[in-house]
Amino acid sequence: MSLWVLVTASFLMIHLVPGDPVRAALGMTAPTDLVEAKRHALGLDDPLLTQYVHYLGNLLHGDLGESIVSQLPVTETISQRLPATASLAFLAFLVAIAVAIPLGVAVAVATRRGRRRRTELAFASTSVVLGSIPDFLVGVALVCVFAVNLGWFPVAGRDGASSYVLPVLALAIGPAAVLARIVRVEMLSVLEADYIRTARAKRLPALRINLRHALPNAVTATLTIGGMLLASMVAGTVLVENVFAWPGLGSTIVQSIVTKDYPVVQGTVLVYGLGVLLINTLVDVALAVLDPRSTIGDL
Amino acid sequence: MTNRWSRILRTPVGIVGVGLLTLVVLLAIFAPMLWGDKAGAVDTENLLAGPSAKHWFGTDNLGRDLFFRVLVATRLSLTLTLVATVLGTLIGLVLGTAPLLLGGRLGRLVTAFVNVFVAFPGLLLVLVFAVIFGVGARGAVLAIGLAVAPGLARLCQTLVAGVAGLEYVAAARVAGVNRFRVMARHVLPNVAEPLVVNVTITAGAILLSFAGLSFLGLGVQAPDYDWGRLMQDGLSGIYVHPLAALAPGIMVVIAGLAFNLTGEAIAGVFGISATTGLGKALHVPTGETPAADLPHDHAVEGDLVLDVRDLSVSFPGVHGPVRPVRGVSFGVGVGEAVGVVGESGSGKSLTALSIAQLVEEPGRVDARHLRFCGTDLLEAPTGGQSHDKLLGTSLAVVFQDPMTSFNPTMRIGTQLAEVGRHHQGLDRRSAFARAVDRLRAVRVRDPERRARQYPFEFSGGMRQRAMIGMGLMGSPRLIIADEPTTALDVTVQSQVLELLQDVRREQGAALLLISHDVSVVADVCDRVLVMYAGRIVEDVSTADLRTRARHPYTRALVAAVPDMTTDIDAPLATIPGHPVDPAEVPVGCAYAARCPLATDRCRREDPVLLSGPDGGRVACWHAGESIEAVTCEEATA
Repeated sequence: MSLWVLVTASFLMIHLVPGDPVRAALGMTAPTDLVEAKRHALGLDDPLLTQYVHYLGNLLHGDLGESIVSQLPVTETISQRLPATASLAFLAFLVAIAVAIPLGVAVAVATRRGRRRRTELAFASTSVVLGSIPDFLVGVALVCVFAVNLGWFPVAGRDGASSYVLPVLALAIGPAAVLARIVRVEMLSVLEADYIRTARAKRLPALRINLRHALPNAVTATLTIGGMLLASMVAGTVLVENVFAWPGLGSTIVQSIVTKDYPVVQGTVLVYGLGVLLINTLVDVALAVLDPRSTIGDL
Repeated sequence: MTNRWSRILRTPVGIVGVGLLTLVVLLAIFAPMLWGDKAGAVDTENLLAGPSAKHWFGTDNLGRDLFFRVLVATRLSLTLTLVATVLGTLIGLVLGTAPLLLGGRLGRLVTAFVNVFVAFPGLLLVLVFAVIFGVGARGAVLAIGLAVAPGLARLCQTLVAGVAGLEYVAAARVAGVNRFRVMARHVLPNVAEPLVVNVTITAGAILLSFAGLSFLGLGVQAPDYDWGRLMQDGLSGIYVHPLAALAPGIMVVIAGLAFNLTGEAIAGVFGISATTGLGKALHVPTGETPAADLPHDHAVEGDLVLDVRDLSVSFPGVHGPVRPVRGVSFGVGVGEAVGVVGESGSGKSLTALSIAQLVEEPGRVDARHLRFCGTDLLEAPTGGQSHDKLLGTSLAVVFQDPMTSFNPTMRIGTQLAEVGRHHQGLDRRSAFARAVDRLRAVRVRDPERRARQYPFEFSGGMRQRAMIGMGLMGSPRLIIADEPTTALDVTVQSQVLELLQDVRREQGAALLLISHDVSVVADVCDRVLVMYAGRIVEDVSTADLRTRARHPYTRALVAAVPDMTTDIDAPLATIPGHPVDPAEVPVGCAYAARCPLATDRCRREDPVLLSGPDGGRVACWHAGESIEAVTCEEATA
């Protein structure tokens, strides 16, 4: 269902543009016969339904058409640029998880039942502020401090491991803060559960109670929101890539929107959408694995 | 209503949020009027200059003052945000209320449609719509407005569906009130508050989206400028002049925070009521706990598994500490079964929890001593070892609700095996084998298979068996069972009690059975401790309980249990009045207000728990006096 909407939306997008998309792409000064030829090449003169069937057929063969501007096949552009974006998003996700879960658990354990009020307040205010700064602003701030002033990392581009540090941080900090807050709240409620009291009655080490008994129960509830965060992180790459001139899909989509290179826009939107759908599915599967009460069959 | 809105301004979050929001709105209104000229003025001598006295934030590539440009940009940024918010909210409301208004298949279609779009992140939708509506401010408003609509629609649907199910709405519909009228009069006013909160927070997100879109060059186009546009212009010169990119960014964050904090403050005021649980503590009679008489004359000191002296539990309250358990002393002999009865709030469960060392902060457990198997649990253990091993293997605890007392994400066998792994040095396999063996011992059928199942695959009675089996992983000297059968079916109750008895006999373990049910305790136990308002008021053997109890409260409890001779036509016997609130324990005997024997002395002096001639203990100035005599006197008087 979602997949169908995604494909149809990316198909219809080009037809919903007011006016003639080809005319818009080639500019007002382009000769009429060139526009006509292009229209024909893109198949825009056929009836809508024929175009749709054609589009779906090509999609099945992995053909996304070719760029109006560069004449290159869209799939080629995407396959060149996808690794940069995917690696960025994946690393950022790992960093966010690696920071948020231990932090959330640690703060929950340290501040539960009204202990260490000041730690709690510091955590709450820091995470609210960090969580509400959009990723591209974090990116700009990081560039100012670590690239321009300190010169530790490159300002832009994708060149070796050190160039990953700032973009990954820019993407990860906000979601990590939000996720840590959620983990903390979930942990706090789980730590009050009867089965945690049972575990304490068994006199298990605190580490085992917190990590083996409490954490899995907190994570099942956290995952749903974590998945949404990851999905928004995928979209967040668009902005962050533009801050760091990252040669990924995000720069591509913005450029092609500006140059009105519609086939490229269609293709990239499709890839982004697929990425999001994939994440949602993975989250559902992970939930099913972690929570023995639900099974994959119920999806 | 006004009262609640003003409460927002009394929370720190509310003050900061509303304060920032006011500031931003004032800037949006007045900044262009005051500084519009300065923001546009070109200073050719200072192109791309850094901060100076003349230009606080420096200048851009045309020599325009960035400080004023950032301030003036507030209006456009905020206007665009507002328009998009209104647009998104309207579409969201239409889509959100449509399922109820349209009903049937069409309504479900709208729901499905919204759900598909909610799955995609907002920014992606914004980009798609930006393609359709074209680059520029108008396109950006439409794109962002449409992109936030599905989220708000989903929220609206959920809220509306919740209210629409309520009885008064159903009643209005049955009464034939028009659907639109039901929506406008009955449904929307009731979902307004959460909607306001979410729209406020969404406005913050929209503000950030605009900044992002303009930053990408897809939003506001020159010569107009909003914060995002200024950031993009600043980014190219970030080496020379980082403040040009940072300053508008900071404004974006401030404005975004203003919306978020205001939203959260509103949510806080409307969502959570201000009353707190332990709020009404008045005063606690402090000082002299009546020195309890030497307990357990009937048991030789060396034979005690558990020896508790002057145990009290306190929690911090608004007006000083509240003490739900106030100086309890008793002992449990080897293999003895002792029951603890009392109404809820009498402190019986807390007594049990504090013996098992399960009272958590901010609760405090004090006692002259709390000896378990000869070790004082309140003293730091000798040799640096903790009491964990002793408690983990020699003390078994069975909790009230077997449905929630097992970890839902772990297999039953694993949960049992943990004890063996951590306290008995068993490896994984032998610990699991012992768990299977213990499940067999508590008569769980097919224990090998059952051990590999999760708690949700067990029935309540089965889980309680498994819980007892968990206690048998070690070799328990004492089993504390806190209302072990309360949550179970009557038929299963007796099976579990029987199992407890068998286990006790086989293991030679003592039992401390906490229950509000006098008849359960009388069936299972050798001796009963009756608790009232955090004190033991009587300690009596079960043989004497029915006929020779001396405290008027104990006698009232016994009388309240119907038996075969009870007249089934007569109303059930009850104890008049209410149990004492631990925060408001009166001076004198806590039971005096409900006691037919109460005299002035009872209301002045708290009676001490004293040993009687037949081995029991009782805390009452009128212990053993005839109640009938008094009630007759009252009747005649």
